[in-house]
Amino acid sequence: MTDPAGRPPVTSADIARVFREEHGRAVAVLIRALGDIDLAEDAVQDAFAVAVERWPRDGMPPSPAGWIITTARRRAIDRLRREASRDARQSEAALLATPDEPREEGPVRDERLRLVFTCCHPSLSREAQVALTLRLLGGLTTPEIARAFLVPEATMAQRIVRAKKKIRDAGIPYRVPRDADLPARVTSVLSVVYLVFTEGHTATSGSELGRPDLAAEAIRLGRAIALLMPDEPEAKGLLALMLLTEARRPARTDMAGEPVLLADQDRARWDAALITEGHALVRECLRRNAPGPFQIQAAINAVHTDAATAAETDWVQVVALYDQLLDVLPTDVVRLNRAVAVAEVAGPGVGLELVEDLDLTGYHAFHVVRADLLARLGRSAEAAAALGRARELTDNAAEERLIELRAARHDT
Amino acid sequence: MDTTRTYLISLFSGDGPPPPEVDLAAIMADLEKVNDDIRAAGGWVFAGGLAASTSATVVRKRDAVSDALLTDGPFIEAKEHLGGISIVRAADYDVALGWAERIAGATGLTVEIRPFEQGGPGQQPTSE
Repeated sequence: MTDPAGRPPVTSADIARVFREEHGRAVAVLIRALGDIDLAEDAVQDAFAVAVERWPRDGMPPSPAGWIITTARRRAIDRLRREASRDARQSEAALLATPDEPREEGPVRDERLRLVFTCCHPSLSREAQVALTLRLLGGLTTPEIARAFLVPEATMAQRIVRAKKKIRDAGIPYRVPRDADLPARVTSVLSVVYLVFTEGHTATSGSELGRPDLAAEAIRLGRAIALLMPDEPEAKGLLALMLLTEARRPARTDMAGEPVLLADQDRARWDAALITEGHALVRECLRRNAPGPFQIQAAINAVHTDAATAAETDWVQVVALYDQLLDVLPTDVVRLNRAVAVAEVAGPGVGLELVEDLDLTGYHAFHVVRADLLARLGRSAEAAAALGRARELTDNAAEERLIELRAARHDT
Repeated sequence: MDTTRTYLISLFSGDGPPPPEVDLAAIMADLEKVNDDIRAAGGWVFAGGLAASTSATVVRKRDAVSDALLTDGPFIEAKEHLGGISIVRAADYDVALGWAERIAGATGLTVEIRPFEQGGPGQQPTSE
C-alpha cells in the first residue's frame, strides 16, 4: 500500500523514530524563539500530535524536522493568543520577530548546543542535569527516565519540574558559555553523557522490563555532541570510549547470561563496526594531540580491542597510557588500574606492591585486583580473604558472579 | 526581552572573630576590587557586612492584638551565620555567578547566590 504520491505509508514507528531523532532539535529551536522550556515542549508535543494525524494520510514531509518546527511554532502562537495576557503578547511579538528560517525543505539551524549547556549548567544538580538532558535533548519521557534510573515516576517528575523552575527563576542562560567558562562547562556536559552511559553499562541487562537502553542513548547523545563541538577533542574521546566499551558488550556475558572476565571473552563476539569507528576516532584524537581523560581512556580501550587474544595485549602501551592518565586524573582508581597493567609487564609482585599503597579498602574492585595478584603469587589464603572482602562490598548480582568465577579459578 | 534579574549573594561565616592568621585588610581590598568590577558593569545594588549574629533580635508578631514577641539572638541557631550580603543585578546569570565565585574566592567564605522573585514590588533599585 502506498499513499497518493506513491510513497510508502507512514507508520507510528516512523513517527516515533522522528520524535526520538528530532525532538531535541525542535525543542531547542522553540526554546530559543519562546524563551520558555515548558511552552516549547508543549508546542513540539502538539506538533507531533498533528503529525500522527496527518502523516499517515499525507505522507512524510520532505523535512520532518522543519515540518515539526514550523507546526510547533504555529501552535505556540495559537496557544499564546488563547492565553492573551500582556506577558504572552510580548512573547508572541518575539515569536513573530524571529526570522522564520526553518522552511520545511531548508536545513534546520541546530540550536541543540545551547540546550546542552543549559541542561548541564553547573548550578543544577548532577541528577537534574541528567534528567533534563535525556528529556529535552534525548526526547525520553519522564516515565522512561524514571524507569531507567529505577526511581519512582513522581520523584523524577518533581526533579524535572524543579530544575526547569530553577532555570526560569535564576535566569540560567540559554547559550554557549563564554570562553572563560567553556572548559569547565564542556567537562560538565561530557560527564553527564558518560554518567548516562555507565549507568546503562553496569545495569544488569534484561532484568528490568521496558528499561530504556541508556548505553545506546548515551552514545546517541555522544554522537550529537561530538558533531556539535567539532573542535573539542574530549567530545570525540568520550564517544570513542563509549563505542569501544559498548563493542565488547556482546561478549561480556555468555550464552547462559553469566558474566565473562575480559581475558576469557570470545573476541569474535565483539562488535567489529563499533571497534573500527572507535579506533578511527582515537586516531583523530592522537593527531589533535590535546589529550584529556576521555581520550586517554579511549586509547587504553583501543589497545585492548586491538589485540586478537588477551595474551597479545600490548601491556607496555597500556602502562604508558595509564602514566599519561595519571598526569591529568591523579586518582587511586586510576593507580589501581595502572597496577593491573604493570603486573602484566613486570609481574604480580610489582603490581601488588603498587596496590598495597592505595587507600581504596572500601572499593570492591581493589580487593578483586589484590586477590588476583595474591593468587598468582601462590598466596591463596590471603587471596580468598581478599575475595571475601570484595563480596561483602558489592550488591550487584553480576559483579558477585564475577567474584565467584575468580574464586573458582584461584582454587584450581 | 529584558532578562535582567536581581540576585542576593549571601556570605556565610563562623561565629566569633576571624582567626589571627586571616589578613582582614587584604580580604577587604580583594573584595573591593570585585565590587569595583560589579559597579563598572552596572550590576551594583548594595553590599555590606553584618555585625555579630549575637546582636540580632528575632521579632514575632503572633496576633493582631498582642505586642510582638522579641527574642534575643539570631533566628537560626547554627555554627555559621549570614555574615554579609551583596545584591547585584545582571542580565546574564553566568555573570552574576562569576561575581559570586569571585566573592567566595576573595573572602574564603561559603557563598550562596539566589535570584529574587521576578516582578515583585520594590525591586527596582533607586538610581544613585
